[in-house]
Amino acid sequence: MATKYLGERIKRKEDPRLIQGRGHYVDDLKLGGMAHLAFARSPHAHARIKSIDAGAAVATPGVLAVYTGEELKGQVGFVPCAAGLEGLKIPDHPCLATGTVHYLGEPVAAVVATSRYGARDAAEKIEVDYEPLPAVLDMEKALVKGSPRVHEHLTDNTAFVAKLEAGDWNAVRQDASLKVIKQRLINQRLAPASMETRGVVASYSPGEDTLTVWSSTQIPHILKTQLAIMSKLDEARCRVITPEVGGGFGSKLNVYGEEGVACFASRKLGRPVKWIEGRRENMLATIHGRDQINDLEIYAKPDGKVAGFRCRILASMGAYHQLLTPAIPTLTALMILGAYDIKNVFVETVGVFTNEMSTDAYRGAGRPEATYIIERAMDLVAFELKMDPVEVRRKNFPSSGKDISMATGVVYDTANYEKPLKKALRLAGYNRLRKEQERLRKKGKYLGIGVSTYVEICAMGPSSRMPGGGWESGTVRVEPTGKVTVLSGTSPHGQGEETTFAQIVAEQLGVSFDDVTVYHGDTSVVPMGIGTFGSRTTAVGGSAIYYASERIKKKMAKFAAARLGVKPGELLFRDGKIETSDGAKSVPFGSIVVDAYSAKTLPAGVEPGLFEQFVFEPPNYTYPFGAHIAVVEIDEETGEVRLRDYFAVDDCGRILNPLLVDGQIHGGLAQGIGQALWEEHVYDESGQLLTGTFMDYALPKAGCFPWFHTANTETRTPVNPLGVKGVGEAGTIGSTPAVVNAVVDALRPLGVRHVDMPLKPEKIWKLMKGNAGDGGR
Amino acid sequence: MRIQVKVNGTAFESDVEPRLLLVHYLRDVLDLTGTHIGCETSLCGACTVLVNGHAVKSCTLLAVQANGAEITTIEGLASDGKLHPLQQGFWEEHGLQCGFCTPGMILAAHQLLSRNPHPTEAEIRKGLEGNLCRCTGYQHIVKAVQYAAEKAATGGQ
Ligand code: FES
Ligand code: FES
Repeated sequence: MATKYLGERIKRKEDPRLIQGRGHYVDDLKLGGMAHLAFARSPHAHARIKSIDAGAAVATPGVLAVYTGEELKGQVGFVPCAAGLEGLKIPDHPCLATGTVHYLGEPVAAVVATSRYGARDAAEKIEVDYEPLPAVLDMEKALVKGSPRVHEHLTDNTAFVAKLEAGDWNAVRQDASLKVIKQRLINQRLAPASMETRGVVASYSPGEDTLTVWSSTQIPHILKTQLAIMSKLDEARCRVITPEVGGGFGSKLNVYGEEGVACFASRKLGRPVKWIEGRRENMLATIHGRDQINDLEIYAKPDGKVAGFRCRILASMGAYHQLLTPAIPTLTALMILGAYDIKNVFVETVGVFTNEMSTDAYRGAGRPEATYIIERAMDLVAFELKMDPVEVRRKNFPSSGKDISMATGVVYDTANYEKPLKKALRLAGYNRLRKEQERLRKKGKYLGIGVSTYVEICAMGPSSRMPGGGWESGTVRVEPTGKVTVLSGTSPHGQGEETTFAQIVAEQLGVSFDDVTVYHGDTSVVPMGIGTFGSRTTAVGGSAIYYASERIKKKMAKFAAARLGVKPGELLFRDGKIETSDGAKSVPFGSIVVDAYSAKTLPAGVEPGLFEQFVFEPPNYTYPFGAHIAVVEIDEETGEVRLRDYFAVDDCGRILNPLLVDGQIHGGLAQGIGQALWEEHVYDESGQLLTGTFMDYALPKAGCFPWFHTANTETRTPVNPLGVKGVGEAGTIGSTPAVVNAVVDALRPLGVRHVDMPLKPEKIWKLMKGNAGDGGR
Repeated sequence: MRIQVKVNGTAFESDVEPRLLLVHYLRDVLDLTGTHIGCETSLCGACTVLVNGHAVKSCTLLAVQANGAEITTIEGLASDGKLHPLQQGFWEEHGLQCGFCTPGMILAAHQLLSRNPHPTEAEIRKGLEGNLCRCTGYQHIVKAVQYAAEKAATGGQ
């Protein structure tokens, strides 16, 4: 039997260095002559810069340079936005503000000094004279004619309007049997808050005219290209190296102004420059997630089947676009029907400029919003029609199968929504829970059961739908000693693909897992790639590696066939041997490697060496799905929600390593539940951030969660050769509505049909005391 | 100011600025970069080290306050090339993803187990409240600590 690696619980290759403190994150890097960068940031949401006095900062010992936006003009390009939407307004986004600041925390000046403390001290000495301008924070007010504008040179605060329409709306409107249910949902702003903040080291060598950048990023290759463009340097002279990255969750799927400034400073000064973001800066000036207002109109038949669905999405862009800001809410529109076969759909998405930090991809990126909308909608239908929420969902599932065309225009690769639902109901003991609920309700106790049967869009994606291409590269190199080197254009940062990719290659080539080493993240070592986001790394990057190892096998089989006197197609690679399927004839893997490199006798048309590359272009996205059930108890005295139990059944396609799949789900759940119950990033009406530290922003702790009960169903996708769909975001996407549905379900005896997140005790307490406020009804 | 400390068994003597934080001393002066900084405001626990056996957030302490102390950082936890049971547990149970919180998490768990060798799940969760992890959802961290407790109980390495 050949050793099996795929599907096995295998410990990570990444861990030995990380558990011993031997991994190197960007702040761990020390280079000779390294200087430190710090920023002076705007204390206003919107203000004109009247003057900047850097005199005291410049005069501080150890300060090497102070830069303002004026000095960067023409020297450093704008922060890029890659999203392409019809009619999209893209305001110029300088790395350091010029003339006007547009959000709290916008970098205004940069200080370079010989020490970290020195740079920060000097940044505080920069005197800026501001003339405050009216700040735009409320999206609806921002759209009213005559509202103050975030960008004075633009006609209004609308960044774009996009419409998606399908079906026969006249028929829907004329159908008097349909119940029309309307609801507004607020999807609050969140902070990605990876434990490692952003950081960059830029090192320019004047002699070689090369720029090397170490960045805590999810997209080294894109970053290299963009920094080269911003810095007006030949791309061939730029190199980006990604060290260990302490979490990203989308927030490092970006190109930031601070990186542009670090490159500029290093070139000007001819020495390495390091910038490490502080936590407060991270909360202020690293992209935020979510922040939408959704107005829903559901047209439901008396039996619970939804005939039509309308939604108006107001999506806050913040003041500027970062790399993908406007693209995020378009994913909401695309996935708004979730797991339900609804033929008539209308979605209008309005991107709105506000005087806030940009929003952009945060774990799930537009899909958690979509799932929240449609999963709340299903519960609203259940509420209005007095049906069980599970029944309503079943009424609306499409039939199972492959290539399910949705009214939104997307084609789901596979669908079998009943399967995980059934499993989850059994796991949770759904009927038993409903009975318990009935009993407790009679005693005046609040127990809630919330269901969400989500579907998400992953494995991003076909290049036709992705701004900068959605392919991925993989290289497999069998070294002359027989050890295997794998290079991936992706950039995992905690997901564990050094392990998963090694599993794929070891199983393909029949070599030992320990003999495979995976590299990624260094643009001078690894061929061009796209990066890690959108649950694409294993599905797209892994497929590239799979096919690259196929190429290696093909080539090695030709050498082996010549030796064994058989046809190449008859040979199998297992346990360090290349052999006929009956095992009668075999040759050691290593000796074929020697043949390929010594190249004494080459089969016809075969080149020496064993290094193969493959660029995988996915024919479609994948659409993982699953069923989550949350069980909550609400304290009738305090309104506090206790998450009593959580059940997650996820179908992410074929499972390559169950340990890592569980880890991804757990982490996702924590973030999704965090949004439902605790997390919110809040600006006050003047644009000051009220949640700028971990004291005020409620990042979940270990004690916040019950034991997560997870299980899977495995419906392989036909979209890639591995059958994997992606699992990085499923937990986040499925859990937020499950928890909110559970809390609303608990409050059902009070006639509550909706409460906006986060479901903090005071909000619930007010509802229980009969004072619904704005949150409920 | 002159300070003397023993870190991971080695004695050091350094001249430091009075305002230098212990975490920066460890990282920048002694090059022990396994101790991480996640907030600098004593709220995340990424910088946790053992000072005279107690888990301390090294961003809340000045280097001069540690004068005379014995400090253990993540780099000093394995002995004779053998991983500490907690390190084994984190590896075995996938208690880390990005690894940024991990050194602090392991040292906080170290203190937890030294005070309570057989903690319940709830006690583990409570004991780690000072340490934030954004990646794992904590469940595998709980398992990792349980693994280490088990190891210690069976005396096994
Ligand atoms: S860095 Fe010390 S507690 Fe966060
Ligand atoms: S493993 Fe990434 S923060 Fe804990």
